[in-house]
Parts: sequence; C-alpha cells; structure tokens
Amino acid sequence: MFIWVEIVLAAAILAGIRLMSTPETAVQGNRLTALSLLTAIVLVLWRNNILPQPIIVVSLAAGAVLGLVLALRVTMLQMPQMVALLNGLGGAASMFTAIVALGDRSDAAAFADQVTGGLAVAVGGVTLSGSLVAAGKLHRILSQQPVRIRLAYRLVVAGFLALLFLAPLMRSQASGVELTAWMPALGACALMAGVVLALPVGGADMPITISLLNSLSGIAASICGFVVDNAFLVAAGAIVGASGFILTRIMCGAMNRSLAQVLTGATAAGTVPDAAYAGQKPVETETATSPAPPGPESVAGKEAADRAPFDPVEALIEAKSVVIIPGYGMALGEAEGQVRDIYELLESRGADVKFAIHPVAGRMPGHMTVLLADVDIPYDKMVQIEHINPEFPRTDVAIIVGACDVVNPAANTAVGTPIYGMPILRAHEARRIIICNADTRPGYSGIENPLYNQDNVVLLLGNASSTLEQLFKDLSARASEKTGNG
Amino acid sequence: MRRKEGADAVRLMMLFAVFVIASALGYRVIRQVPPLLHTPLMSGMNAISGVTVLGALTATAAALATGNRLLGALAIVLAMVNVAGGFVVTDRILKKFRAKR
Repeated sequence: MFIWVEIVLAAAILAGIRLMSTPETAVQGNRLTALSLLTAIVLVLWRNNILPQPIIVVSLAAGAVLGLVLALRVTMLQMPQMVALLNGLGGAASMFTAIVALGDRSDAAAFADQVTGGLAVAVGGVTLSGSLVAAGKLHRILSQQPVRIRLAYRLVVAGFLALLFLAPLMRSQASGVELTAWMPALGACALMAGVVLALPVGGADMPITISLLNSLSGIAASICGFVVDNAFLVAAGAIVGASGFILTRIMCGAMNRSLAQVLTGATAAGTVPDAAYAGQKPVETETATSPAPPGPESVAGKEAADRAPFDPVEALIEAKSVVIIPGYGMALGEAEGQVRDIYELLESRGADVKFAIHPVAGRMPGHMTVLLADVDIPYDKMVQIEHINPEFPRTDVAIIVGACDVVNPAANTAVGTPIYGMPILRAHEARRIIICNADTRPGYSGIENPLYNQDNVVLLLGNASSTLEQLFKDLSARASEKTGNG
Repeated sequence: MRRKEGADAVRLMMLFAVFVIASALGYRVIRQVPPLLHTPLMSGMNAISGVTVLGALTATAAALATGNRLLGALAIVLAMVNVAGGFVVTDRILKKFRAKR
C-alpha cells in the first residue's frame, strides 16, 4: 500500500523537474517537488509513530527554521558557496544516518547492511568535506589556486585499501567492537578523500566540482535508502545523482577537459611551462578576471588611448547590434548593475542588445544567468553559446566584462594547451570589441589571449564596475547631446 | 541467519531496481532542462538530496543508545537545513527569471 504512495511521490518529483525545463513553469515545478518531499516526511513521521519523540520533532523544526533563515538572508552573489554548503550538509546527514542505523544493530548487522552502510558513510563523508572545501574556496576563505597534493592522494588511497582489506576480518569476528572501530576509520578516510578531491581544484574548474559533489550528495542519500530500506529515498537520491552527473558532463564538455584532469588539478598551474611566468611575481591564477585595486583613472584612460583605433562611446552610440559577454570578473567586481544600466540605455536607443552565456562562465552551472536575472535582465536576452556564435560576424560591438578564457581564440589554435579545443564565444569575430577586464594577464588557463592585441579592440582596464560606470556616464552624456542636437 | 540474508538479497535487488529506474527516468527528464536554468536545477536537486532526512528520522526513531540518538538528531537538523534552505533558495532564484515585458 505504501509502495504506491511512494511511487506517486517519486513521480511528483519527476513532474516537478519536468516543469523546471521552462522559466514560466519552473517556480511551480520547484514547489511541487518541495510538496512531494514534505509529504514524504509527514508520511514517515506518521508511519513510524515518531511524533511522540520530542527530540526528533524539535530537531526537525530547528533544521527547518535554520534553513529558512539561511535561505532568506543569502544574496545572489553568495549563491555558489551557499549551494556548496547545503550540499555538504546533505552529505553529512547521510553519513551520520548510516552510522546511527548500523550502530544500533551492530551486533547482528547483516552483511548487506554493512556494505551499504559503509558505502553511505564513505560517499557521505566525501560529499561533506569536499563541499566544505569548495564552499571555503568560493567564499575566498581558502585560496582558489589549484593545489597539487600527491602525497595526500596516495595516503587516502592506501587508507581505503587497508580498510577494504580489514573488512573481512571484521566480519568474521562478527562482534560490534571491530565495527565500531572500523566505521569511524572509514568515515575519517572518506573525509580526507573529500579534501583531497576538492583542494586541487582551481577557481575556473569549480562548476565541474560543484556538479560532481551535487551528484555525490544524491548518491549518498540513495545509499542511505538501502540502509534504512526506504524505496522513496533510494529513488529521490538516484534522481539527484543523475542530475549531478548530467551537469558534470556538460561542464566538462564546455571546458573540453576530462573529469580526471580536473580532479587531479592538472590545469594551468601544472601544464604550462614555468618559463611563462619567469620574471613575474607569483601569478595568481585568477588575476585576469579579478578586479585590480582601483588605480588612478588616467592609467586606464591612457592604456585605452594608446591602443584605441575607435572611440568606444561613439561606437556604442552608433551600434545597431551589441553582444555583452559576462564572466567571473563581473561577479567579482559586482558590476551587474552597471551592465544593466548600459544595456537599458542602448536598448532605449533602439540597439539590439544580447548577452552571450558560456556554460562555464563563473563558478557554478548557470552562474551568469542568475546574476543577470538578479538585475532584471529578461531571460530571453540571455543567449547560449551555440546560438550566439553565428551572430558575432553581424555584431557591431561586443562588450566583454571580466571574461578571458571563454573568449580566447587561442582555444582554436594553441595545440597542447589546457584550453585547446574548448568551445569559446567567438567575440573576436565582432566588428568592434570593448574589453572591460581587470588586466591583460592570462586567465585561469594561463594562456595569453591574442584578442588583446587585435586592432579593433579597446581595452578599458580596471575594476569592471568603475570602468563601466564611466562608460555609462560618457554614453548618457553623448546620447543626450545627440538628442539635444537633433 | 542464512534465511535472513536470502530475504535481504531480494530486498536489495528490488531497491537496486528502484535505483536504476529512477536514475534512468531522472536522466531523461533532467536532460530537458535548458542551461539557462542550470543553477536553480542544481539548487533544487540539492534540496532533494536532503531527502536523506527520511532515513535520519527512521534510524533515529529506532536508535536506543543516547550517543546514537544525538547523532541522529544532528543528522535530522542538517538534512532539514538542506531541504528547507534548498527549496527556498531555489524559489528565490526562479522568481528572478522574467521575460521581456
């Protein structure tokens, strides 16, 4: 009888996700999924007669309130680390649940329970520590640079092997004592594995790691369903696992990198010859997209004048079609508001303005669309890479805001570099290009961007929010001048 | 003991079938979600992964030792933060997506 209710609830989750495939119905979809989960919780409370246990009811309420407060206070800018943090909590819950479920029947735990319980502890632990490290990196508590930790890697593998070897011993003695020692050891090993997994990952690879951890949190929940014998839990966890898997694959494809390359930190820092950095002070991999300390205005102005083959203000005033390309630098410089102002000004002058979205721009899947939606940019103005690329040759002006690698034409030509073969936004084909980046240093990949030396490019270097602010002021002055004259 | 493990095997097989079917159906449905909505998709899925609260509830309700009950209570709190926080955050993100008027 309950199995049918569970099937209906699982179907409701799938229907909810189906609704999430268009922006118009997505809000209802999310609410349907939430309702399905809520029903499942009430069902479990009622079926197991849990309500008379105050500690459980209080925990449930406390968690709900805490989650609510957290969710209402977080800003859209903090979203990547919020998602990572919540992910980690889910993993922790799965890990603890498996320990509790097994701990209680440790004396007579069946072999199958030990296996599934062990798996839940392992996957949950990796999710927990991996997500916390990722959240720390995104919140800039931890360095975003890729770190290579070979020794730790080997230690973790050795730890898992040792535990696997000890497992049959534990089983043959079949007393709770060994199990109680073995499980925490496994948990500790899993936590270390999570750190080893997330620590080597540099900033621009974050979307891949986040997606992978998302998948793992679902799988951990699903395995927990095996441990406590709950089919709905198995199904819901599996759906999350599949979702994370799809996102991971899409993100890897968008960077033309394999998961293994990302997880071992075999990126810019590892593959670019050190000579490339010779004579420079230690290069922070993020530099190309991070806001430089706001330097004197004249420096940015001079830089632009030196290379300027055209006046950016004139070009934009005359432009019929404009494509804006946001990157992580827009998020760092908090320049969304200025981008919106320029967008609205140009649209009001009759220009066709679009936003080009690269799948891995930013720090999580879809990061740029959330930031743009946050400043009221309509979603039908955000165009994905495959649809915007054919339009660049017809584009009068392309404005790049804090993006480097995703517009680097070297991706098509520089064989053997980390970005070779990576699909890029073909901004270099636009008639004129305005680049609002912090500096001209290479992006995360460490590969020089030949775009900076193109003749039809104007560089407005500095913090994107201040350079765009200035550009907006000049534009509005010029625009009112024009309307005043004509 | 032997008999119990036999019954366990059947139960495991059924749960494994559920896992495979749910993954396959989920894969089909989720593939339709456009890149535009990948962030809310991820945070929504994130909220669903808090479904492990169901396991935490049953395990804690059955637990006897005080230590286990406390650990279980912690699991419930964390999973519930995941569920409530995840869904509300997703709702907030989705409400921001508007078409051009």
